[in-house]
Amino acid sequence: MNAGGLKPAAPTPEKTRSYFRRLSRYYLWYTACFGMFLASLAILENEGMPRQWIGYLYMFATIFLYAAIGVVSRTSNVSEYYVAGRRVPALFNGMATAADWISAASFISLAGTLYLHGFDALAYVMGWTGGYCLVALLIAPYLRKFAQYTVPDFLAARYGGGVTDGRNDRRANTVRALAVGATIVVSFTYVVAQIYAVGLIASRFTGVDFSVGIFLGLASILVCSFLGGMRAITWTQVAQYIIILVAFLIPTIWLSMKFAGNPVPQVAYGSVLPKLAKREAQLAIDPREQEVRARFQARADAYARALAHLPRSWQQGKVEAQRRLDAARARSAPLAEVRAAERALVAYPRNADEAAHVWLEERAAALARAQAPEPHAEPFPGKTRQESDIRRNNFLALVFCLMFGTAALPHILMRAYTTPSVHETRVSVFWTLFFILLIYLTMPALAVLAKYDIYTSLVGSSFDKLPTWVSYWASVDKANPLISIVDINGDGIVQLAEIAIDGDVLTLATPEIGGLPYVISGLVAAGGLAAALSTADGLLLAISNALSHDIYYKIVDPHASTQKRVTISKLLLLAVAFIAAYVASQKPADILSLVGAAFSLAGSTLFPALVAGVFWKRANHYGAVSGMVGGFLVCLYYMLHTNPILGGDASATWFHIAPISAGVYGVPAGMAILVAVSLLTPAPARAAEGLVEHIRAPESL
Amino acid sequence: MPTESPIAPAPHDHDRDRGHDRDGDPQRQRARLLALRAAHWARTRRLTGLLLALWLATGFGTVFFARDLAHLSVFGWPLSFYLAAQGASLIYLAIIGGYAWRMRLLDRAFARQLREAA
Repeated sequence: MNAGGLKPAAPTPEKTRSYFRRLSRYYLWYTACFGMFLASLAILENEGMPRQWIGYLYMFATIFLYAAIGVVSRTSNVSEYYVAGRRVPALFNGMATAADWISAASFISLAGTLYLHGFDALAYVMGWTGGYCLVALLIAPYLRKFAQYTVPDFLAARYGGGVTDGRNDRRANTVRALAVGATIVVSFTYVVAQIYAVGLIASRFTGVDFSVGIFLGLASILVCSFLGGMRAITWTQVAQYIIILVAFLIPTIWLSMKFAGNPVPQVAYGSVLPKLAKREAQLAIDPREQEVRARFQARADAYARALAHLPRSWQQGKVEAQRRLDAARARSAPLAEVRAAERALVAYPRNADEAAHVWLEERAAALARAQAPEPHAEPFPGKTRQESDIRRNNFLALVFCLMFGTAALPHILMRAYTTPSVHETRVSVFWTLFFILLIYLTMPALAVLAKYDIYTSLVGSSFDKLPTWVSYWASVDKANPLISIVDINGDGIVQLAEIAIDGDVLTLATPEIGGLPYVISGLVAAGGLAAALSTADGLLLAISNALSHDIYYKIVDPHASTQKRVTISKLLLLAVAFIAAYVASQKPADILSLVGAAFSLAGSTLFPALVAGVFWKRANHYGAVSGMVGGFLVCLYYMLHTNPILGGDASATWFHIAPISAGVYGVPAGMAILVAVSLLTPAPARAAEGLVEHIRAPESL
Repeated sequence: MPTESPIAPAPHDHDRDRGHDRDGDPQRQRARLLALRAAHWARTRRLTGLLLALWLATGFGTVFFARDLAHLSVFGWPLSFYLAAQGASLIYLAIIGGYAWRMRLLDRAFARQLREAA
């Protein structure tokens, strides 16, 4: 490789092609072996191998596989460790980025969200795919032309003094530190959620303890990224993508065959949608459904009354709960009944304040279940035009935030550096979106097909003939049941309003809903695990690179040897991974709810500086610094101000925009501040201009 | 090793691109290179602007007029649902594909002109 680091030793076309062919051969073999593994498990299940064992086999086989790829691609070369030697072909880089991108949340929860929220949830599909247009058109090719290692590298070079000859440049360091801060804030909340999901999947499918699951998953992440950095995680992510794809498509294709007689779910569900709409209309006016909904309404009203008469109602309720327990004991009722009364007393709010909190939530939950189901495919239903407009605006705002957030996520942008050329980077974004769409276009199909199945065969069936998957998934997580069906009106028939379903269960239970063997259920879990692990890999590397390359090497010790830099990076990776695992093992509800916010924060902080850095020569140091800080603060302020979980007030929103879409204000604010401050301060140094000229110039072919 | 060295500042890059200035004086060669680059950048910017407009129209149009499009149907789908679930994403994919393809052509044209100019 030449001295500038700008061009890796340009490989000859034949060499590139044979490398590509070799990789394709490896992964085809791998896919074939995976297929055989599935087939042999299916045979074993037929022979009567217990479910628990299948779960274990999946978990250990895949984790072993990822670790093995990590061992094979171990490296301590700086360029290999940070950017996989810049020779990942576009197609494979696209696959790896897709796996990087498809997080546990999109694999496990997105289909469920689509099931629960119908049209509204399509904002995620649109936002998460549209963001790649911004990545491809505005950022990725220019980062590749710049050809360094991290996103802060670019910002520091562009907004620093512009000269980076190893001299410690204070301006560059300010920008670098801000960019590193943003990288860490965004990536850390995200990685905690991934590790949490690893624990959840492992514990549900193999029955190991939640924290044991976390550390098992962590082991595979560590062996992989610790040994081989970007190079190892790239090849692992390609393998993980294949598992994710197979795990998602098999059950969906099966459902699609079952309900529409067409193996292409993306096409097939068009014929199911009208049938679903008809069924929804039927259920909306069904008298039994109305009866159940009326009961929920009554329950909500009761909570409202109790809330109005606090604290007296709290005391009465407590006395009542005690009296019930005593009565049950006095007439020596069945044990179950006494236990239930005991539990009710224990769970009773300890004081009036807690009661107010709990009852408000209960009331909201009951109110939600008292509503008729919203038509799945109808955009923005609302009682009034204004209500409908608010929903439309929130949809737009969410799409906006997800797009700009996607275009500013460091672990995705970091991958732009790994391809052999600028052209390959552009093509690799195409492949990324292609591979993401293979999954994302199937999600709405899965939601509709599963909804149709539940609405037609589960609703209206008798309570003593519930399908086995319902009882299985109801018993998996006793504290927060994923699905619960209670005969509210006591008629022995399942009504839609009696079903409470958690979005997460949908993807996981699809194989059972479709009547597939347990092998496929295990496969879906392995897919979820792969999705979580691949994203966690990328995020951990983004954080540890930011710390080791940007903070340690560029700011603290610019003369560190390459060996030392890689070692430091590995140690930091270990430390960050353990901190993240520790935080995840505490099951922090507030952090998990903040993952959505990461997109708004990333977009508001990094996007304006990145884009202006390429497209506006006049953007300078002061503008970039104040734009980043300003965008971040506006976004954060709006979240704190309006999100009840963070102590805000939900009624304080501006134009009724939900706190998750804070980026709608943060991104324009960041952009405006950047422009205004840049214009008020002197133009950037000539060197910065030279850099812009350089990254805009076409690569020599 | 690409690691110890700084980012090559732009002048080096010019030198490399100018590589073969056997004939003509360097001053003129340089001016021609800069003019070619400026033309390439103008085309890139126009393409980017066009595609971004398409991107914006796709996203915004799909959502903003969703209620009006809900009554139309294509192959059984209500049009607005289809656009949000698949159509918009496929257009995004086409935008990225079109961009990569056009930029490849622009880059090749630039290289050809550079050779002709030399």
